Amino acid sequence: MSDAEEGAAASSDQLHETALIDIHRALGGRLIEFGGWLMPVQYTGILDEHRAVRERAGLFDLSHMGELFVEGDDAGDALAAALITDPRTLAVGRAQYSMIVAPDGGVIDDLIVYRLGTHRFLVVANASNAPVVSEELARRISGWRAILDDRSLATSLVAIQGPLAAGILAQLTDIDLAALRYYAIAEGHVAAIPALVARTGYTGEDGFEVFVDWERGPEIWEALVALGKSADVIACGLGARDTLRLEAGMPLYGNELDRQTNPFDAGLGRVVKLEKPGDFVGRDALERVARDGPTKRLVGMIITGRGIARHGYPVDAGEQRTGVVTSGTHSPTLGKPIAMAYVAPGDGEPGTILNVEIREQPVSAEVVPLPFYKRER
Amino acid sequence: MVPADLHYTKDHEWVRVDGDTATIGVTDFAAHQLGDVVFVDLPATGRTIEQFATFGVVESVKAVSDLYAPVSGEVVAVNGDLASQPELVNSDPFGKGWMIRVRVSDSAQVDGLLDAAAYEHLTAEA
Repeated sequence: MSDAEEGAAASSDQLHETALIDIHRALGGRLIEFGGWLMPVQYTGILDEHRAVRERAGLFDLSHMGELFVEGDDAGDALAAALITDPRTLAVGRAQYSMIVAPDGGVIDDLIVYRLGTHRFLVVANASNAPVVSEELARRISGWRAILDDRSLATSLVAIQGPLAAGILAQLTDIDLAALRYYAIAEGHVAAIPALVARTGYTGEDGFEVFVDWERGPEIWEALVALGKSADVIACGLGARDTLRLEAGMPLYGNELDRQTNPFDAGLGRVVKLEKPGDFVGRDALERVARDGPTKRLVGMIITGRGIARHGYPVDAGEQRTGVVTSGTHSPTLGKPIAMAYVAPGDGEPGTILNVEIREQPVSAEVVPLPFYKRER
Repeated sequence: MVPADLHYTKDHEWVRVDGDTATIGVTDFAAHQLGDVVFVDLPATGRTIEQFATFGVVESVKAVSDLYAPVSGEVVAVNGDLASQPELVNSDPFGKGWMIRVRVSDSAQVDGLLDAAAYEHLTAEA
């Protein structure tokens, strides 16, 4: 047996470690390199952890994510010029999904922008991109009355995700979670620790992300573990995070999104606010794509033949190469292999039968609408 | 502890030789390293496999791994239960998680494999 795991087993001491690293080790988490960080990919098993989040709740250490605070009289205008969305339209306490793109429209990173105050925003970036986003964003806002405070290495981020998350977190916080809407954020306390609590996540479930000072991360984690124990809430690693987001049809930077991909390619044209006043980086290129249409289309597929499609496997329409798989796994919820792929725009209608080349063999796959999984509300 | 009556490859397959028949699977170490097994691709009966060449694939949620044949021979049986219950590889790797049975073409090949003590030594280092 020879292994071809996606994340390499980690031994390098040049990797960042989160404040929770000793907890991960004590839990028997399998640690891998991810985006320059030593992170747990799984504890008990990806299937167990996945089901915990769908049925109960799971805890995630997301301290590897980048936290960039942008503040100043022009903070809203500066971000509107730097990103594809218009954070000025956010009410204080609300959040939006956004992206930072290159002048050619290629995605540098996908982000969540939270409005913490009239002139104060929090931009959350992916771990692997955080240094680049921090630098690029600082450069783009440099002409405005706004400053960027990169608190990535000063912030712990712990998420609790799943149907039981609200009930558990409510016992620990002075924030009114019933009043905290999806894609909203509030300042308060969790386990008496000053915290920002956001109702956001990457799992397709209801859930919360708790931002605290770096050294308070373990306390937050242990408090949630203690309260969640009776409900069988368990620690979840990056493996389950990946299967959960894939079922929910959410893109992962490096798979569905990269510099060669624009938001329209990824089916996320609605995120681009071309109608917002003022110029922004990438506007010309994205206006062109909006007018001419994207050259590829992101689709969901269910593999109907035998095998699991993986990142990088070719996709054919009949005998013709049409694209490539961006993410693929066995879906724990559906009990069958699912994948996302870029294909030629004409081959992306739901119901289309395509072939994925799995170890040089064509395996049948059906294009289906995204997401694969949607929770009942 | 791995079963003492089996032979092992350094790639974590095991083989149980009984007369001219050999049963093949992966070790508990391999199963644990893989994580939850969700798909196993095995050769059909009648196919021949070559020692140390790949004979199939085992996939966990996150990883794809090739399977290497401990011995050469003709496949005479395939564990059909793994199609619907691939998790047997995790729960009972030396028993119900067996993969294929072959008619051994050269029984001397087994002598070149690891015995239980040597295999345990190998995995203790890993």
